[in-house]
Amino acid sequence: MEVKDIKVKNFTTADFRDNEYLEKYVEELRKGGVNVAIGKLDDIINWGRSNSVWPLTFATSCCGIEFMSLGAARFDFARFGWEVTRNSPRQADVVFCFGTIVHKMAPVVKRLYEQMAEPKYVIAVGSCAISGGPFKKSYHTVMGLDEIIPVDVYVPGCPPSPNAIIYGMMQLSRKIKVQEFFSLPKEPKIIVNKANN
Amino acid sequence: MFHFEVVTKWIDTFLMSNLPEWLALTIEFVLIGILILSAYAVLALILILAERKICAYFQCRLGPNRVGAWGVLQPIADMFKILLKEIITLNRADNRLFRLASFLVIIASLLTFGALPFDKGLHAIDFNVGVFYLLAVSALGVVGIVLAGWASNSKYTMIGAMRSGAQLISYELSCALSLMTIVMLSGTMQLSQIVEQQANMWFIFKGGIPAFIAFVIYLIAGHAETNRGPFDLPEAESELTAGYHTEYSGITFGFFYLAEYLNMFIIAAIATTMFLGAWQPLHIPGLDGFNMVMDYIPPVLWFFAKTFFCVFIALWVRWSFPRLRIDQLLRLEWKILMPIALANIVLMALWILVF
Amino acid sequence: MNNKLEQIFSQIPSAEISNKENIYTIYVSKENLRRSAEILRNNDILDFDFLRDIIGMDYTDSFGVTYNLSPSDDLTIIVLLKSTTTDREKPAFDTVIDLWESAPFYEREVHDFFGIRFLGNEDMRRIFLRQDWRGYPLRKDYDNSPIINPVPKDNENLDDMENLPVLDLEDLGKPKKSVFDKDEYVVNFGPQHPATHGVLHLRISLDGETVKKVDPNFGYIHRGIEKMCEAYTYPQILHLADRLDYLSGSINRHAVCMAVEKGLELEVPQRAQYVRTIIDELTRIASHLLGWGAMALDMGAITAFVYGMRDREKIMDIFEQTCGGRLMANYAVIGGLMADIHPEFQKKVKEFIPYMRKMLKEHHILFTGNPIARGRMDGVGYLSREQAISIGATGPVGRSSGWSCDLRKHAPYAAYDKVNFTELLRTDGMTFDRYHIRLDEIEESLKIIEQLIDNIPEGDYCAKTKAVIKLPEGDYIQRVENARGDFSVYINSRGDKFPYRVKFRSPSMVLVNVLKHITPGTKISDLIMLGGSLDYVIPCIDR
Repeated sequence: MEVKDIKVKNFTTADFRDNEYLEKYVEELRKGGVNVAIGKLDDIINWGRSNSVWPLTFATSCCGIEFMSLGAARFDFARFGWEVTRNSPRQADVVFCFGTIVHKMAPVVKRLYEQMAEPKYVIAVGSCAISGGPFKKSYHTVMGLDEIIPVDVYVPGCPPSPNAIIYGMMQLSRKIKVQEFFSLPKEPKIIVNKANN
Repeated sequence: MFHFEVVTKWIDTFLMSNLPEWLALTIEFVLIGILILSAYAVLALILILAERKICAYFQCRLGPNRVGAWGVLQPIADMFKILLKEIITLNRADNRLFRLASFLVIIASLLTFGALPFDKGLHAIDFNVGVFYLLAVSALGVVGIVLAGWASNSKYTMIGAMRSGAQLISYELSCALSLMTIVMLSGTMQLSQIVEQQANMWFIFKGGIPAFIAFVIYLIAGHAETNRGPFDLPEAESELTAGYHTEYSGITFGFFYLAEYLNMFIIAAIATTMFLGAWQPLHIPGLDGFNMVMDYIPPVLWFFAKTFFCVFIALWVRWSFPRLRIDQLLRLEWKILMPIALANIVLMALWILVF
Repeated sequence: MNNKLEQIFSQIPSAEISNKENIYTIYVSKENLRRSAEILRNNDILDFDFLRDIIGMDYTDSFGVTYNLSPSDDLTIIVLLKSTTTDREKPAFDTVIDLWESAPFYEREVHDFFGIRFLGNEDMRRIFLRQDWRGYPLRKDYDNSPIINPVPKDNENLDDMENLPVLDLEDLGKPKKSVFDKDEYVVNFGPQHPATHGVLHLRISLDGETVKKVDPNFGYIHRGIEKMCEAYTYPQILHLADRLDYLSGSINRHAVCMAVEKGLELEVPQRAQYVRTIIDELTRIASHLLGWGAMALDMGAITAFVYGMRDREKIMDIFEQTCGGRLMANYAVIGGLMADIHPEFQKKVKEFIPYMRKMLKEHHILFTGNPIARGRMDGVGYLSREQAISIGATGPVGRSSGWSCDLRKHAPYAAYDKVNFTELLRTDGMTFDRYHIRLDEIEESLKIIEQLIDNIPEGDYCAKTKAVIKLPEGDYIQRVENARGDFSVYINSRGDKFPYRVKFRSPSMVLVNVLKHITPGTKISDLIMLGGSLDYVIPCIDR
């Protein structure tokens, strides 16, 4: 199934790399077909969601400085409407993981993620957050953020330039734009292991 | 000069003549409710965009420019997002109070909003103690904020709420005292009459020096009431993460967010009403030609132009000054603003006696 | 050896003393360690009042500690006070926390990494690793298996964080001592907090708005760099040094390069020396701009922060063009530079100097003269000269307290002995001094660059080195002045291509110690502002 043209201003679909992954994603989502009315409603909701991604101010190390550059005059992510950085995880939509996650930090990151309200997204920025990066040999480093929480977009680099982070954020926008709101299962299946309680 | 009074009067007489009184009144109430709510929401969106754009230009940035032309649709996208965001229920919090708090804040600012005289005949309520009403309902907001801090059962929100309680109650005094100065000058508390009296000359000019002092004090104290700018201690992003609304998510947070911007507008609007003649055009006694020209500009435009000028000043202050410390904040109020405001009342009394 | 030192050293009982380029190594037995430290600290001739670092060592058959000391009046002298113990089960030394205020954190660090106890220091909590961590990672026989220490699922128990551990058997029956009393109102600042400049965790006891006690908790970005260095060759270590204090990454890298060059006795070409100095100063300006902006941000002035970042981008442009990287310049290598400078480098730097001067004026107008900013900074956060020395607060913080500690003057390296610049000193030691000295130092750095940029000599940009770099056996110490103070690299080599032990002295760690000392009695807002005025970088602390 073709990905319909996802409109991102000043950026055509062909300009994005890695479109096959999104095609697969859409295929998975649209398995049962899409209702026209609901599909349109979804489009409106996704338009709102993808254009208003409020990041959590959270940085562990070096890449955090590039995040600051991103917010400042030269790169200005306010253009995309992302400048409303929230300090409270409850109000944020996306958590950028800038930098290495170590053993002591891992439960904290997990809790941060759990504190966020749905829908929530995660972007792993920098080699450390992707795989441990230059600190892979260390005794105290977690080998990638995805060992702890699910990750939506990976931005490689050590540290990635702000341009790369903007590209990653636009990839996230695209991902949000193909998601579905109404066809989510009404009751999430939660398996409670009573023996453990 | 076109006044909205014509429209509102016409609707009123039309409904009253065709329907029984109770039905006509019900329809009017509903109409007014819908109008105020939608005006409230639209204004908030405009203010949010305005702040983001103006702040961006202060900081040599561009601000939102991808969603719609010049980013005009940005706050609408935000609205869609925030409406559909999960509302988190806290585990160890007093959830009833927790929910109530966000409503209290927005209700308080809505109630104040209804009393603003946008134009002749374009206000929902016009008490003969209008000024008292404004002060009373705008002070309700602090209950919501303190409740939010308390019910969240978190240390950050608690500190934020305590700060907010101390700050809002203190600055309420200066606010009220500076408004009283104008009440002395006008001799009435009814907002419509206060506005009428400024037809020839706005109070800030008519009242001379004491009125100007009162205006400045009101701007400072009012700015502090909105929890913004150098007075944003209850939120204090860099200290208390998000202050009293740290634990709120989704639209419950959206209420605080909206109320914050609308309060900024309301404070500016009250300043406009009391000092800058609300919807009255700029009239200079003696210059009839000039006054005629000014009359051609619709009164509603006058109101919003003056209000947005005050809002702009608030934004300017907010984006240039660092935050005060709690003891400095209270010292500013109790040792500087309030004594001046009290002395100013005496000065105004003398002014009225002499002129 | 000069007379004064001879007099002092003669008092130390049964010491083995050796000297190499003003670095005096004193080896004493474990029993005499405390006595020797007292002699060095409390004598009338030359007071060694600056404890730079305590370095733990594992010599496989024994454990050792090295106290890196200097007198505050004469920073050219370094004394390494060494001692060892053969007890591998329960290694212990006497504590020195009553002699130097910087010692508590250092002793906790050595305990955390090596399991060496310090008798008399009650606070032997782990400082970087979790309290329930098994093993001591910097020991040579440490088992790195993830089965022993898996990624933890739960948050650390807060009681564990504040209760002092019971290590002696005779203490078992006694009630547990804790940092905080039971009825204190303790608030957690961090690890995720907008104003802790990274993932620092401060536990603060409050009385209303007033701060009573601060207990810093590190390790949320502890990446084990020192252990990793032991498994990497020297050129590989450079990349880790960059990522310690990322805001002065180039300067740290420079330090490691110089330490290795010293060991190899390598002559670095003048061209490289000049360019390294210019890059260092540009890094310092970038760091100070960010520090200035971050402090303003902590005080609630967001616009000032954006202005600081805007000017910083100009430097990033220069770096991107010449070095290839923005934040991590990766420019200095052992023997010189990675590549020659870009043809436009000189032009761009010369354009930047007048631009920065103009912008500095704007920054002063925007923030320095602001009545609210001045009101906030006045009368808060006094740090006396004695305390600054005792805690070991170097860099702008030490200099704003009146301690002349600029290593560019006291121990010149690269091209610093060829330029004229003044070491800026302020005497008051208040928050405003710490704020203002950074802006002044930017001006001073511009002067240094101005003098060097037109005189970069022609020639090679890198000396020839062997493919495999092996350092001769011995200790190598190199100090540099990074944007936060005295950054020292200690390399212990056994003639291998890997170092036996690498220790980085973090200037930021002592700054958190300063925060602990100057905040009690101030308000919460002040605590955040003081943190900004000290301008620490957390990954440098945690290493």
